[in-house]
Amino acid sequence: MKLEEVKRILECEVITGHDRLDTEIKMVCGCDLMSDVLAFIKADALLLTGLVNRQAIRTAGVADVPAVVFVRGKRPDEETVALAEEKGLPILVTNLLLYEACGRLYSQGVPGCEGR
Amino acid sequence: MRRGQTPMTEEGAFRRNFEVLGEDFYNAGRVSTEIKEILQQVGVAATTVRRVAIAAYEAEMNVVMYARRGTVCLELTPELVHLLVRDEGPGIEDIELAMQEGYSTATERMREMGFGAGMGLPNIQKNSDRLVIHSTAGVGTEVEIEVRF
Repeated sequence: MKLEEVKRILECEVITGHDRLDTEIKMVCGCDLMSDVLAFIKADALLLTGLVNRQAIRTAGVADVPAVVFVRGKRPDEETVALAEEKGLPILVTNLLLYEACGRLYSQGVPGCEGR
Repeated sequence: MRRGQTPMTEEGAFRRNFEVLGEDFYNAGRVSTEIKEILQQVGVAATTVRRVAIAAYEAEMNVVMYARRGTVCLELTPELVHLLVRDEGPGIEDIELAMQEGYSTATERMREMGFGAGMGLPNIQKNSDRLVIHSTAGVGTEVEIEVRF
């Protein structure tokens, strides 16, 4: 699924990365704990998280995460957005809660990161 | 990485040192990101780069969260990536306990940063081929990580 489609399904606002909405999303990981993200997320999986700080961007960069969706309407501060822009990482924001956001994508056939 | 700055050891391995400051959450992750970029630039396979980056990031976060300061020494040989992370800090009293998934001594502030899930050292182990931890309570910790190609 393209990031553009994720944006539509989750009713997202694009904070940065408008030019990268053709990014292919193969899996999704919904998680607020960055160490758990590092432990369970697979490369090329979209990260859905409520942790809106630099560490979310750093974690995404380290773990080959192609894009991040912040849930619960949480908006990153300017410095966090600047870091994402520097790393070329698209950031989207949805007002949906984590469970609802994951559920919508899962029901559209996007799998999770099951299997360690 | 500028080629002119590439220090070569006598054995022909690439070596570089990085400084990490305790409590410096703003820059936390910068060293591991830099290490990742170096490995990508020299053409290391993506899956290996990812393993090293994750292990380095967890080790770097441990220094930021718990220690006063630390150093990360990256060494690259034709066979492997070697990371030596040394810090001056409280040390780990019970390494075996710290290696257990879910065990954490993290503070509220560390949890706010998304860490302290008790997955740090287990994540390093999972992403490395060799992990050796030496620690002296009240002095510091030395973490040696090896990822083979």
